[in-house]
Amino acid sequence: MNVISRGFSGRRRPEGQKLPPGQYLEKDFPVLSAGPTPRVRTDRWEFTITTETGDGRRWDWAEFTALPAEDITVDIHCVTKWSKLGTKWRGVSCDVLLDGVATNAGYVMARSYGDYTTNLPLPDLRNGKAWVAYQYDGAPLHPEHGGPARLLVPHLYFWKSAKWVTGLTLMTHDEHGFWEELGYHDYGDPWREQRYQGD
Amino acid sequence: MARAAVPRRLTWHVATVAAVKDETVSARTLVLDVPGWPGHLAGQHVDVKLTAEDGYSAQRSYSIASAPDGSRLELTVQRIADGEVSPYLTEVLAPGDPLELRGPIGGWFVWRPDSPAPLLLLAGGSGVVPLMAMIRASTTVPVRLIYSARTPADVIYAPELTERSLVSPLTLTYLYTRSPGSGRNAALSPAPDAARDGAGAVAARSGRIDAAVIDGAAFSPDEKPAIFVCGPSGFVEAAADLLTAAGHPAATIKTERFGPTS
Repeated sequence: MNVISRGFSGRRRPEGQKLPPGQYLEKDFPVLSAGPTPRVRTDRWEFTITTETGDGRRWDWAEFTALPAEDITVDIHCVTKWSKLGTKWRGVSCDVLLDGVATNAGYVMARSYGDYTTNLPLPDLRNGKAWVAYQYDGAPLHPEHGGPARLLVPHLYFWKSAKWVTGLTLMTHDEHGFWEELGYHDYGDPWREQRYQGD
Repeated sequence: MARAAVPRRLTWHVATVAAVKDETVSARTLVLDVPGWPGHLAGQHVDVKLTAEDGYSAQRSYSIASAPDGSRLELTVQRIADGEVSPYLTEVLAPGDPLELRGPIGGWFVWRPDSPAPLLLLAGGSGVVPLMAMIRASTTVPVRLIYSARTPADVIYAPELTERSLVSPLTLTYLYTRSPGSGRNAALSPAPDAARDGAGAVAARSGRIDAAVIDGAAFSPDEKPAIFVCGPSGFVEAAADLLTAAGHPAATIKTERFGPTS
């Protein structure tokens, strides 16, 4: 059902510039987070992967930044309606992090400093679709935008790209993360406009 | 973890504009009748959708300004000069017009009336809107509002805030970032004294939020306030950092930031 808004013409995008439904183009980089920005020192930073059997891997900052990294240029889509095109990041592919990890898990809980969490299907982190990024636009990732490092899963709404990420917990059953527990969608595909539970 | 506040599927409602009310030269309140509105909590927002004749549509999120009140809903919209949606909502939309919206959205930045903690609210610009819903919903707990605006003329809800400060335990501290005399050489007035709650306690000074304002106008960490900060990212970042530096646990500080919402 669409109700016509009398006298509204809107601002159409140039031909060929396609955004997911309900999104608008943003030139700035808005910040959204639920509380104060955690300041995490890289000499105390760590990243861990924990499987469903309790096995794990751990990297400190020096080890992590010594892993093979990639430059990534992607469009990002925030559930609060803004999209930003052609953002430039550098980080480690989740394929590298998960390589050789023995697991039957189908889901992941990303864990962050400051107790933020978000849940994703494990396949969405594989095959070149997700990274742990520590540079934005050629500079160290600012704490406001999730530094020292954040998850980058650009094919899902951006709250899935957990800021201040410190680990992945592999799960055989899906569980709700922070925003998902509060009514946001478990998967969050912007092209299917999966903003809230039930969308 | 807070319980889910958005348990049901969020369907689109067709609201009808019952009235419009200019709050400042660039902010307008839309009073909406929303048949079937499921109710909301102070602090939540709605998604608004506009649709043009040819089917093109645009969506934005706006905070709810009103306390829960049946099928009535008030949104206060700050006009962004080059925006796509806010000029329509503040200049074109008129009483009797339909408006599509869905909500309520957001289960984190919410205040529940049964919460006994004193309420510390910090607003930057139109970030006052969801905090106003909390002020309107609160009756007994002490509330302190620290409100940063460009000039006195940019303060949204000024008469109502003054009135409420006279009849309820609400203390107001205004910060004017661009008021006359706030230039380089202007002496700042002393930090406000918020020793008394309510009874028309109002303080104002020029300048941006700083440690002296938090020290003088906020509850102390010992008073264990529930803290809500809303405004542009720079304001929220500064305020949240000052609050944590003053000893407030991060877990007690809830923030909502907005970039430019056109």
